[in-house]
This record gives sequence, C-alpha cells and structure tokens, in this order.
Amino acid sequence: MRRIGTAVAALVALAAGGVAWLAAAGLAEPADAVDAPVPAAAPDAARVRGAYLARAGNCALCHTAPGEAPYAGGRAIDTPFGRVYASNLTPDAATGLGNWSADDFWRAMHHGKSRDGRLLVPAFPYVQYTRVRRADADAIFAYLRTLAPVARPNRAHALRFPYGSRAALALWRGLYFRAGTYRDDHARDGAWNRGAYLVQGLGHCGACHAPRDALGGSARDSLDGGTLAESGWHAPALGGGAATDTLTGAARLQDLVAYLSHGVSTRRAASGPMAGVVAESLQHLAPEDVQAMATYLLALPAPVRPAHPAPTASAVLDAGARLYDRHCADCHGADGRGAPPAYPPLAGNGALTLPDAANAIRLVLHGGFPPGTAGNPRPFGMPPYRLQLGDAEVAAVVSYVRNAWGNRAGLVSAAEVDRHRALSLP
Amino acid sequence: MGTVSSSSAPKTGSSAATRKVAAVCFWAWQWIAAGVAAAAGAPSARAPDTIAARVAACDACHDAAGRASAEGYIPRIAGKPAAYLYNQLRHFRDGRRQSPAMTSLVAHQTDAYLREIAAHYAALALPHRPLPASRATPAVLARGRTLALDGDRARGIPACAACHDASLGGVAPDMPGLTGLPRDYINGQLGAWKNGTRRAAAPDCMAEIARALGPEDVAAVSAWLATQPAGPLAAPGPRPAPPLRCGTLAAP
Repeated sequence: MRRIGTAVAALVALAAGGVAWLAAAGLAEPADAVDAPVPAAAPDAARVRGAYLARAGNCALCHTAPGEAPYAGGRAIDTPFGRVYASNLTPDAATGLGNWSADDFWRAMHHGKSRDGRLLVPAFPYVQYTRVRRADADAIFAYLRTLAPVARPNRAHALRFPYGSRAALALWRGLYFRAGTYRDDHARDGAWNRGAYLVQGLGHCGACHAPRDALGGSARDSLDGGTLAESGWHAPALGGGAATDTLTGAARLQDLVAYLSHGVSTRRAASGPMAGVVAESLQHLAPEDVQAMATYLLALPAPVRPAHPAPTASAVLDAGARLYDRHCADCHGADGRGAPPAYPPLAGNGALTLPDAANAIRLVLHGGFPPGTAGNPRPFGMPPYRLQLGDAEVAAVVSYVRNAWGNRAGLVSAAEVDRHRALSLP
Repeated sequence: MGTVSSSSAPKTGSSAATRKVAAVCFWAWQWIAAGVAAAAGAPSARAPDTIAARVAACDACHDAAGRASAEGYIPRIAGKPAAYLYNQLRHFRDGRRQSPAMTSLVAHQTDAYLREIAAHYAALALPHRPLPASRATPAVLARGRTLALDGDRARGIPACAACHDASLGGVAPDMPGLTGLPRDYINGQLGAWKNGTRRAAAPDCMAEIARALGPEDVAAVSAWLATQPAGPLAAPGPRPAPPLRCGTLAAP
C-alpha cells in the first residue's frame, strides 16, 4: 500500500515538475540572434514600409472596432475560451502605445508579452508573429507612432476560468510556443523564402489554416487546415495551393495569385473570413509578395485526401440534381462550369470537395459576396437559400454538387446543415 | 519604367487604311484567342454585365424586385431614396445597424459599389404587393394615424409626415418612405433606435423621437403605417427642413 502511495506521489511530483518546467519554458525569453534593434537609416522610409507591413499582418482588421477609428482597438473576438477584445494600438499615452518603446513592441510581437510583462492571449497571433524580423517589427512600430492618438481604454477580456490566468497562459506557451524569427532556407530561392516568411509570419495564415487541439494549440507552422470554432467555416489545408486542382505550372500560380489579390479567379471566389483577409490585407500587397506567397504555398506538399468511389444512384442525389436545375444551373451551368469570375465553376472545384463540407453548406445557406477589391470592385453575389430550402434540401443539393461532373466527396446530412444554421454569421 | 517610348506612339496622320488593317488584325487576334481559350477548355458562358445580375443575391430576401415580403419582417428597398439606401448599407457594414445576414453580405464592399447598389434599387419603380389586413383595433389604428400625420405636440413628438413627405412615401435623396413596410419591421426599427442598436450620424434625430415614444405609441404607429400602401418611388424633393437636427441628412 505504502509503495503504491510512494509511486503515486512520485508521479504527481513528476507531473508537477513537468508542468512547472513547461510553464518556465513558456515564460522564458530566449535571446534571438536578431533581437538587437536595427538602427533605422531613414525614419520616413521605415514608416512607409511599416504601413505596408501592417497591411501584410492585417493588424487593422482585429484592432479596429466596426465603424470606429482604425487601430484604436475594441473589436470583440469570440474564441472557444471566451471573448477577447483587441487593444488600442494608437500612440495615446494613457490608453494606447504612447509610452511604448520599440523594444516593448518587439517583446509583444516576438515573445507575446505586454510592456508590463503580462502574458498576451494567443488570439494575438504571436505564435506566428515571432517569425517577423526585428527590422520589420520596428518599421510597423514606427508606422503606428504616426497614427493620430485615440483615447479609448482597452476592455478586459471575458475569458472563462482559468484560461486568462497567468499560470494557464504560461503553461499554454510551454506547450505551443517557441520564439524565433524566420531563417532563410538556403536550399530554396528568394521567392520561396519571401513567401514562407510572409505566410508563416505576418500573414499568420496558420492562425486559421492549422488544426487546433482542445486547448487551442496547433503544431508549429502547420497549414494542414482548421475549422473556426465559432462560425464553423473550414480553413482548408494550404499544401499544393489547395484547390487549384486541374491547373498546372504557370497557370496554377497565376490562378492562386489572382485569387489572393482580387478575391476571385477562374477557379474560385473568396468567401467567409477569407474575404476579409483579401479585402483588408492581401489586395494591398505588392504583386511580387503575393506571387512569393503563392510560390511557397504551391510548393508545400498537397494534403492527402480520402478517395471516394463514384456514388451509387440514390434518391438524395436525384433530389439534389432536381434542386440544382431549379436553383443553381442558371448561373453555375448545367455542366457545372459556371461563368468565372462572376459565377465560379463547381465542376473540378477543390474547395467544394473538401473532406469538411462546411463552406459549401454555409454558402448555400447564407450566400455571400466575394470582397470588393481593386481587381474586382463590383463582385457578383451568391444568394442565401436558408429561407427557401429546408435542411434536407440543402443537404441534397450540396451532396449532388460534391459528386456531379466527376467531383467526388462524402455526402452531407441534414443534421450537418442544421448545425450550420445555428452557427454565427459571417 | 513603365513609360511608353515615343517611337511606339501612333504617328499623326496615319491613314484610314492603316487603321482598318489594324482593326482586322485585332479582331483576327481576338478570334484566335477565343479559339485557343475554347480549345483549352475555358468556359464560354458569360455572366450578364449588369448591376441587377451582380446583386441578384439580394432578391432571395427582398423579393425578385426589392419589394417587401408580404408577411414578416423584410422591408422593401425598391424605390427608396438612393442616399438613404447607401447610408443603410454603410451602417450595416460599419456596425451601426444590426443584422448579421446583411452585415455578412456587405462587410467587404467599397463605398463606390454600395452607392451603385443603392442607386440601382432607388431607381426601381415597381408596383408593390398588396398589404396584409391589420389585426389592430380601430382605436389603435386611429392613435397611430394621429401620431403619423399630426404628431403629439404636447410631448414634443413631430409628425412622421413633417419629414417623410405628406404621403409618407419619402423624399429623394435621403428621406425614406414609411409606406409599404411590414409592421414588425417598423416596430423593430423604433425599438432598435430606443435601445441604441440602430444608429445614424449625430445628432440622431430618429433616436430622439423613438425614445420619446412609449410602447403603446410604437405599437400604434407601426400598425397604422403597415396599412399604408407604397407608391413606386419617393417624391423628387426638395425636402422641407426637418423640425429636429438630423446628422444623417444632407444639407438642404
């Protein structure tokens, strides 16, 4: 009996030691070779570059409350652990970054810690931003200093216990966070490395496009696809450029570049949260940077998708075909080839045949417009069908388009559709 | 970089024959390019290049032609003044009006496009659906009619007709019509102004008016307005100066 007790005590001590070690690792600030501030040669040039890099990081999207002053914070972001509020990044001394130094800002971006040493919540994507080089972080900070100060006090996060506590955040960091800037892979060319730097760092693509576990953590630099817990949108795996499918070579790269910069291409249209990423960030980037990101994404190994046999004829698919003819064929064509970029093709559309049918279901239920961009300023919209079609009908038509014209993917159930009706918009 | 060298600029006085040859070459090239595209399997279908086709998605809720739903909540948008519709689209986008469905559709559209969408629906002159019969009592309807047409001077409540035109059909460019709308929609808007979830540029005159109305007033005026059929278009203006200061209205 005593021996078991000793063993349990030893295990508990070992576990506690492990937790303490993880938490200690989460609190450490390992010095990085490029930690030292870079003397800014021309402050004005740094600010212009900083504005551009802030776009690449899409800082304004979260740090701006709808309809209010840019970068003044206050936007609510729902997470599975509660609601967090983005902070004020304007140089107001009392409520913003007015008293911050470039070193403080670097600490936030690179180590995920606030000026006062508080651990930042990982909704702020420091897991990705730690990849950003010091000179770029300094340029962003120089740009933020030029904004008009807005007095808007930060709102305390509303996280459930214990998620917002220092101990929980330290443990989380020990499990999922390692500080470190991006290092060039010298076996690859300049475009690939630039793309990798932007995708892994400022672009923080992994914040959505990586699977998260129960504690909201994901594998480092993973782009294996993830589901947004609050809205149900599925951010697909990005390997191989995801859904470019039948295109090859330069046409494939061109298609992905068009999608990222304009929100539409000959193969697809941006919807859901990705529409905001294109509108607020990607469309403003230099063509060579978008090209670099696309180059990197296309070079990633394509995800392995489960093979689906041709579906056997069924009443559900027949019903789906009839619904398609009545509601969808006018725009997307009886042959599913659509009229891109206005009406995306459904035949051979990899976004439609993802293992997770969430996006197709959401588009049929709620419709949507691709983002209005300089390259596509007057987008065509997809109508919402939630008032016209019941759950079984949406399930039938989505099952049909996932298996027509040579598409192959799993069928969708009415229960799955019902679940998406209840999830929040957008 | 990117400038055209002077040698490639067309020479002045080029003959009509040269232009004709150039045109033939251009069309031949277009034809070949189209053939190549078809051979490569590019889709030949084209979307109609009209604003109506671009915003056909809106028809799913606002009826095929922007009319109100016969029952329920969704308002007509056809024939409402352009500046009013534009303001509402921006309000949905920027969080001053609350409708997740509307916000998700217009979230990432530019001001220029929202203006074009607004102008499209403002110009749609359509006969509207017959309105459903009211279930309100004659006394409630009478109270609503008085509020709408005469206001309640003792409580500082102006008549709807003082701003929204004597016909209550609205005035271009920015005063919306109150006719041809579902009762629940009008009710919902007055409630949203009262509790601050619908906002307009300060000073927010409609919020002031809504806060002065009691629950019975809101029910009565909503019920009576919902019995008033809409004409196809708002009055052309000019609009009379409003009795309150309204930040959302353009200077007359």
